[in-house]
Amino acid sequence: MTDTSKRAEHWQRTKSLMIITLTIWFIFSFVVHWFAASLNSVTFFGWPLGFYMAAQGSEIVFVLTLFWFVKSQDKIDRDCGLAEED
Amino acid sequence: MANNSDGGSFIENLPKIYGMYTGGFLVFVLLMAILEQMGVGADTIGILFVAFTIVIYAGIGWLSRTMAVDAYYVAGRQVPALFNGMATAADWMSGASFVAMAGGIYFGGHGYLAFVVGWTGGYILVASLMAPYLRKFGCYTVPDFIGTRYGGNLPRFLGVVVLAVASFTYVTAQINATGTIAARALQIPFEVGVWFGLLGILLCSMLGGMRAVTWTQVAQYIVLIIAYLVPVFWMSNKQGFGLIPQFVYGDAVARITELEALHGLGTLDPVAGAKGGLKALTVPFAAAGDSAMASWKFVTLVACMMMGTASLPHILMRYFTTPSVKAARQSVAWSLMFIFLLYFTAPALATFTKLQILDPNLASGIIGKPIESVLALEWVQKWSAVDFLQIIDANSDGILQLNEFFMRGDIVVLATPEIAGLPYVISGLVAAGGMAAAMSTADGLLLAIANALSHDLYYKIIDPEAETKKRLLVARILLLAIGAAGAFVASLKLTSILGAVAWAFDFAASGLFFPIVLGIWWKRANRQGAIAGMAGGFLVGTWYLYMVRWGGMDPWIGIDHLRFGIIGMPVSLILMVVVSLMTPEPDAEIQAMVDEIRVPSGETVLGSSH
Repeated sequence: MTDTSKRAEHWQRTKSLMIITLTIWFIFSFVVHWFAASLNSVTFFGWPLGFYMAAQGSEIVFVLTLFWFVKSQDKIDRDCGLAEED
Repeated sequence: MANNSDGGSFIENLPKIYGMYTGGFLVFVLLMAILEQMGVGADTIGILFVAFTIVIYAGIGWLSRTMAVDAYYVAGRQVPALFNGMATAADWMSGASFVAMAGGIYFGGHGYLAFVVGWTGGYILVASLMAPYLRKFGCYTVPDFIGTRYGGNLPRFLGVVVLAVASFTYVTAQINATGTIAARALQIPFEVGVWFGLLGILLCSMLGGMRAVTWTQVAQYIVLIIAYLVPVFWMSNKQGFGLIPQFVYGDAVARITELEALHGLGTLDPVAGAKGGLKALTVPFAAAGDSAMASWKFVTLVACMMMGTASLPHILMRYFTTPSVKAARQSVAWSLMFIFLLYFTAPALATFTKLQILDPNLASGIIGKPIESVLALEWVQKWSAVDFLQIIDANSDGILQLNEFFMRGDIVVLATPEIAGLPYVISGLVAAGGMAAAMSTADGLLLAIANALSHDLYYKIIDPEAETKKRLLVARILLLAIGAAGAFVASLKLTSILGAVAWAFDFAASGLFFPIVLGIWWKRANRQGAIAGMAGGFLVGTWYLYMVRWGGMDPWIGIDHLRFGIIGMPVSLILMVVVSLMTPEPDAEIQAMVDEIRVPSGETVLGSSH
């Protein structure tokens, strides 16, 4: 059993990361699309922006967020000495 | 692949093996192209494509046969993150994603894109809330986690019930899709095609369980992604849309909006008399509804699909197969990457097809042209003959108007190669891709149901003394029985493919989302709360579905049958929290277990063979 303070720190940082990740997720899943009609008046490389965000923009953000999340969580695990052995 | 002892070298050689496989498949496609040039008929090429790929998958299934429990249930927990990502992508992308999604966007425009957003963003929830923790837990199935975390047989049993209902709803649609494709490619009746499809599915999964399904799914992903992307790239370059069409179709979207005005979309009277399942274009492509209700409908559908993604057991169980917690996380990211490749192509494909049909300046454009010349087109004749397409000259002016042209959404994927004038070999490739998509999803779903019944219901509840041999025999018999039941229901053709697929997500979200999430993130969640949350969410959600769909009730603030998870989920959450707080907290042992799954290092909570 690793000492409790490391575990507490690990869980605290893990929770923060989860909250940041889910905030990004919430914005690009719901907030952006709620205003799709207004965004459509903006043109983005030819696309109406509201349509673009639903067809491609949000999805690109999701992929990038997930790779960033994986990297960040791994760093938290290592910093706290709770990562698995390679 | 045949036994555990050579597992190490097999895993190390995976890139080489699948590299050779991909090369082999491309050589096969070239061979078919040569045969076509030599005058071999289109039908023969279609049969060869479907038959050849199924034989390959069955061969992989046979090589992966196993009699070890952890190989059967979790592929021996040695699937590398990248390959598990491919397998999950194939597991995930169903016949509906492959065949129906682009068509859905073609007809539904912006509103339909809620599915695309929902079916990708759900993976953020999988990675941040669930997969790594379930991997550390070391369960074989999702009810295995619920049963152990909350204790007692009732939570486990309820988990099995929700899993079985959600997955079974989904699997009939997949078997239906394999039947449709097999029937068309092999030219056999649909009812026979369904059983033929099932045979292919069972050959991949029966002997090797999760191990066999994993390695066939990787193979199926490679076929389906090649089959989806090649026609789009080819068409785009042929029609001069650019080298990588996904990044440059913005102008095409703008052009469609102009053409819609030109053709009078929204001002024409609907024409009656179209055959079942055929639709005329009535919804503007890029415009989003400018009302709170339109926004509400979009985000509620997104929410149901996302929470459903994060609760569907056939997806979650894929992350039990990785060698480590870290690999489970990485593999969620790879899964989304591989899924993204298809999902960001579907709107591009829908756009190009629409432009080709609507634009009178393009040779392929048919709207606004004389009906006589349209009826002379080969693809129009061919797809009319099978009731995928219909033209009704309602005002008898001899010119095809937008409201006089009817088609099925599936055409967008299935017929685009022909509309764009690509060789038949591409259509054969598309059929093989659709088959791979439907088979891989059906495999994952059937295995999820059979494993839950054999491991959780039979072994954990009914006969905990059963020997390994007997357990694995029961697992296989159940797989066969459930597959047969699915094929039987599919052969009855009860629902349209998409309605059923969306329901599976709502069922899973209503019954499983909060019990799984709170089991990891809230130590105070206890058995009574989980029972109330699962049963309450699932029953209320199902009741709502019944009332709106068949009971004649008006949907409550736009929450129709596709979105009944919006009703089930809050009920599940509230019941679970309230009942947990009213009853004693879980014992110290359970709380220590929750602490343990929150750190990646150390042994799994459940042993490797349990």
